[in-house]
Amino acid sequence: MSILNVLILVCVLYVVFLFAVAFAADRAALRGQGSWLRSPYVYTLSLSIYCTAWTFYGAVGFAARSGLEFVTIYIGPTLVMVGWWWTLRKMVRVGRSQRITSIADLISSRYGKSNLLAVFVTVLAVIGATPYIALQLQSVTLSFAAFAETEVAAGTMPDMQSTAVWVAAGLAVFTILFGTRNLDANERHHGVVMAIAVEAVVKLFALLAVGVFVVWGLSGGVAETLARIDASEIARFEVTGSRWVGLTMLSGMAFLCLPRMFQVMVVENEDEDHLRTAAWAFPTYLMLMSLFVVPIAAVGLDLMPNGANPDLFVLTLPLMDGRDGLAILSFLGGFSSATSMVIVAAIALSTMVSNHMVMPIWLYVSGGAAMVSGDVRHVALLARRLSIAGIVFLGYLYFRLSGGGTALAAIGLISFVGVAQFLPPLMGGLFWRGATRSGALTGLGLGFFVWLYCLFLPSFGPSVVLPQAVFENGLWGIGWLRPRAMFGAEGMDPVMHALLWSILLNAGGFVLVSLLSFPKPIERLQGAQFVNVFEHSPTPGGWTGGMAQSEDLLVMSQRILGAREAQNLFEGVAKRQGLAGYLPEPSPDFLQELERVLSGSVGAATAHAMIGQIVGGAAVSVEDLMAVADEAAQIMEYSSQLEAKSQELARTARQLRQANEKLTQISVQKDGFLSQISHELRTPMTSIRAFSEILRDTDDLTLEEQSKYASIIHDESVRLTRLLDDLLDLSVLENGQVVLNTQTGRLSELLDRAVRAAGVQGEIRIERDRASEVVDLTTDLDRLAQVFINLIANARKYCDGRPPILTIRVGQSDGQLVIDFKDNGSGVPPEKQSVIFEKFSRIGETKAGGAGLGLAICREIMARLGGDVSYLPGQKGAAFRVSLPIETRMAAQ
Amino acid sequence: MGKTVLLIEDEPNIIEAVSFILSRDGWEVKTHSNGHDAMQAVRARVPDLIILDVMLPGKSGFDILAEIRNDAQFAETPVLMLTARGQTKDREMAERAGASHYMTKPFANAEVLAAVRALVAP
Repeated sequence: MSILNVLILVCVLYVVFLFAVAFAADRAALRGQGSWLRSPYVYTLSLSIYCTAWTFYGAVGFAARSGLEFVTIYIGPTLVMVGWWWTLRKMVRVGRSQRITSIADLISSRYGKSNLLAVFVTVLAVIGATPYIALQLQSVTLSFAAFAETEVAAGTMPDMQSTAVWVAAGLAVFTILFGTRNLDANERHHGVVMAIAVEAVVKLFALLAVGVFVVWGLSGGVAETLARIDASEIARFEVTGSRWVGLTMLSGMAFLCLPRMFQVMVVENEDEDHLRTAAWAFPTYLMLMSLFVVPIAAVGLDLMPNGANPDLFVLTLPLMDGRDGLAILSFLGGFSSATSMVIVAAIALSTMVSNHMVMPIWLYVSGGAAMVSGDVRHVALLARRLSIAGIVFLGYLYFRLSGGGTALAAIGLISFVGVAQFLPPLMGGLFWRGATRSGALTGLGLGFFVWLYCLFLPSFGPSVVLPQAVFENGLWGIGWLRPRAMFGAEGMDPVMHALLWSILLNAGGFVLVSLLSFPKPIERLQGAQFVNVFEHSPTPGGWTGGMAQSEDLLVMSQRILGAREAQNLFEGVAKRQGLAGYLPEPSPDFLQELERVLSGSVGAATAHAMIGQIVGGAAVSVEDLMAVADEAAQIMEYSSQLEAKSQELARTARQLRQANEKLTQISVQKDGFLSQISHELRTPMTSIRAFSEILRDTDDLTLEEQSKYASIIHDESVRLTRLLDDLLDLSVLENGQVVLNTQTGRLSELLDRAVRAAGVQGEIRIERDRASEVVDLTTDLDRLAQVFINLIANARKYCDGRPPILTIRVGQSDGQLVIDFKDNGSGVPPEKQSVIFEKFSRIGETKAGGAGLGLAICREIMARLGGDVSYLPGQKGAAFRVSLPIETRMAAQ
Repeated sequence: MGKTVLLIEDEPNIIEAVSFILSRDGWEVKTHSNGHDAMQAVRARVPDLIILDVMLPGKSGFDILAEIRNDAQFAETPVLMLTARGQTKDREMAERAGASHYMTKPFANAEVLAAVRALVAP
C-alpha cells in the first residue's frame, strides 16, 4: 500500500473519528451529561483555533524568512489573555447578557441595533476571512502534494484541485451537521467545540513530535540544534523594533476581533470563570506551539535542498528521513489546524450572513406574513446552512482563482489587518458611552477602504485589480494617494503601512464623529448596558434546574393567566411528560408553549423576558425592555382609544336618549292633539247624525220639534265648520306659511271693527278710552283684528260679572304698545293660567261652544306680527294684554 | 213601567237626542252632565243601565266606571260607554275597566237602541 493511500485512509478515519467525537459530545450535552464538556480546558483548547494551518506550517516558513518575527503572532494573544483579561471578561459578559450571536451582532447591538453596521461588519469579515479559508484549503492541498511528490515522478502530480474540492465539501458537510443542529445561534455547539479541542490536542502533539524528532532525531541534540540556528540565516535577521511592536499589536487586535475567535471565546463560552484558566493555559499552549518553530526552520534550511518550501518543513523533514508515520501525524496536525479554523469561521460567518443579510432580506421580501407564520425558524436554519456552504465555496473559489501561489503568512497578515478594523468600534462600544452609530460607521468605513485600497487589492499584485499607474502615481495621479505610500509615508512595510493608516483613520473618524453626532435613545440605553454591563446584569449562572423553576413559572403564569387556567396548562404538560403531580419538567418545548400562551396575554416580548428571567437567569436586555415598553405603550394607546370611544358612545347614547325623549314627547303631544281633534269633530257630528236620523225615521214629530232639531243640526254644522277653519288657520300659522298683509290703519277703527264682528251688542258692555286709541298702526290689520275678536268673544263667553263689563285700555309699556282687555268676571283660575294658550284648553265646565283653539291662534298670530299676547294675573277679572313693537305704531298727526 | 237608563253625558244636544230615542222606545231616561258627582247620581237613581261618556268635565268616564264596578250594588249593572275618541286603546281600556259595551260617536240611533235592549234583559 502506497503511503498516499495510507494517508488517505488515515485521513478518512480521522474525519470519522472527529464526527464521532462531535456526535458523542452533542448527545451527552443533550442528555445533560458530560460536565467534561464544560471544562475550562476544553474552552482553552477551543481557543487554539487561533493557531491555524498558517501557524502550524507557516510559522516555520515565517521564521525561515524573517527570523524571530513570527513570535509576535504568539505574543499578541498572550498579552491580550494575560493583560486584557478584563476586556475579554466584559465581552463575554456582554455577549451573555445581550444574547450576542456574533461580533457583527455585538457591534450592531451596541450601536442601537443598526443593521447597516451589522451588514458592514459582516461584509468586512467575509472579505477578510475568504482568503484565510482559501489559505487553509491550500495548506491541505500543498501538504497532500508533498506526500505525493515523494512517491510519483514529477509531472504526474495528482490533481491538486480535486483534493481541495473534497476537503471543502467535507468541511461544509461537517459544519452544517454539527454547526446548525440547534436553531438558536446563541446556543453552544458542544460537538463542534469538542471536536476542535481534540484537534487542538492533535496539532500540538504533532508539532511537538516533529520538533522532538528534528532536534533529537535529525539534528542530534539541543546543542547541535542551537549551533545550526546560530549558523543559519535566522540568527542574522535584524529585528526591527517598530515592526515587532506593530505585528504584536496586530495579532493582539486580530485575536480580539476575528469572528471565529469571537465565536469560541464569547458565543461558545460556558462560564466567565473559564477565562481565568485560559489566561494562563492558552499562553502556555501558544508557547508550546512555538517552542520548536525555530529549530525546525533552522534544521530545515540546513538539511533541505535549496528552493524547498520552508512552509512545508514540518512535513518534508520527516518525509525526507523516511519517517512516514511521523509525517502522517504531522499531516494530521496541519489538517486539524486547517479544518478547525474553517469550521468555526464558517459557523461564525454564516451566523452573521444569515442573521444580518439573508433573514432581513427574506423578511422584507416575504412581508409581514412571515413573522407570524411558524416557518421562520426553518428559514433561518436553511439560511445558515446555505451561508456555510456559500462561505466555504467562496474560500474554495478564492483558492482556485489565486492559484495558491502567495506565501501563506502574507495572506494571514492581510486578513488580520482587515478584521483589526473592528477594534475601535468594539472597544469604544464597551468602554465609552459617548460612542455613536455614526462614529462607528464612519470609522469602519474609513478603515475598511484604506485596508481595501492599501493592502487587500494590491495583494493581488500590480495590474490585477489596481492598475500599475495607481501604484506609481496614486489614485487619479495624486501622489499622496499611492496605495503603498499614503500621505507620503514612504518606505514602510506594506502591512504596517496599511495598519497604521487604516487604524489611525478608523479610530480618528470614530472618535471625531462620535463626539459630533448625537446618539439615539436606544443607542444611549444600549451604550449604558454595554459599558456598565457589570452593574446591570447579574452574574450569569447555569440553569438552576428542576421543579423549583417550574414552581416559579407556575406562580408567574397564575398571575397572568389566572390560577385555574395556569394549573390546567401545567398539569396537562406534566401528564404529557409522564410525570405525576402538576409540575412539568421545564423542557424547551414546554417553555416555548408557555411563552406562546403568555404572549397572548402580555405580548411576546414581555413573555419572553419573563420566562428568560426565571429560567435562563439571563438578564433582560434593553431590547426586551424596549419591546415591553412598546407593548405597554400600544396597550395604553389602545385602552385610551377605547376610553375615548366609550366616552363618545356614552355621549351619543345620551344624545339619542334626549332625542328619543323629545320624540316621545312630541308623539304624546301629537297623539293628544289628534285625540282632541277627533273628539272635537265627532261631538258635533254625533248630534248632526242623531238628529238627522230622528228627522228621517220619526213620522210623528211636531213642527216645533222638527224646526228645533233642524236648527241643532245647523248650529252643529256651523260649529264643525268653525272648528275646521280654526284648525287650518292654526296649522298655517304654526307652519309659518302665513303671508302677512301689511297695511296702515288706526287702532280705534280696528277695535270698532272687532267689537262689531264679535257680535256682543247687548250681551256685554264694552268700555273704551277713545282718546288713547288714536294711534296709527302698520301691520297685518286683519290678523290683529282676529286677535281682538277672539279676546272680546272670550270675554263675552266666559265673563260671569253681573253685569258683564269689558274694559279696553291702550297704553305703552317697556317701549311697546299695549292693548289690555280686562273683564269683571272671576278670571282664569291660577292653575289654568299657564295652559290657556295651549290648543284645546278650555276653562270651566260650561259649554261655550269653542274647541279651545282661539287663544292658541291668538298667540301664533301675535308671534307672527312680532308682538305678544299674555294673560295679566291678579286683575280680579280675566285680563289679556296684546303688545306690539313700537315701530308698528305711528302716532296720529 | 219601563226600565231606567241613566245617561251621563255633557253635550246637551247629544243628551237630547239619546233621551228622545230611548224615551220613544219606552225607557225611562235620567241624565247627568258632569263627572264630579256622577256616582251620587248613580246611587240616587239606581238605574238598570248606565250610558257613560268618556270625556266628561270634572272626571273621566273610566274613573267613574271603576267606581261603579267597585260598588257591590252596581257590580252587575250594565254600562254602555260612548266615546268621541275612536282609538283602539280606548276600547281596550273600557273593556278592562268593566264596560259592558262600547260605542264610538257618531253612532246610528238604531245601534244605541239595539245595544240598550241587548244589555238589559227583559
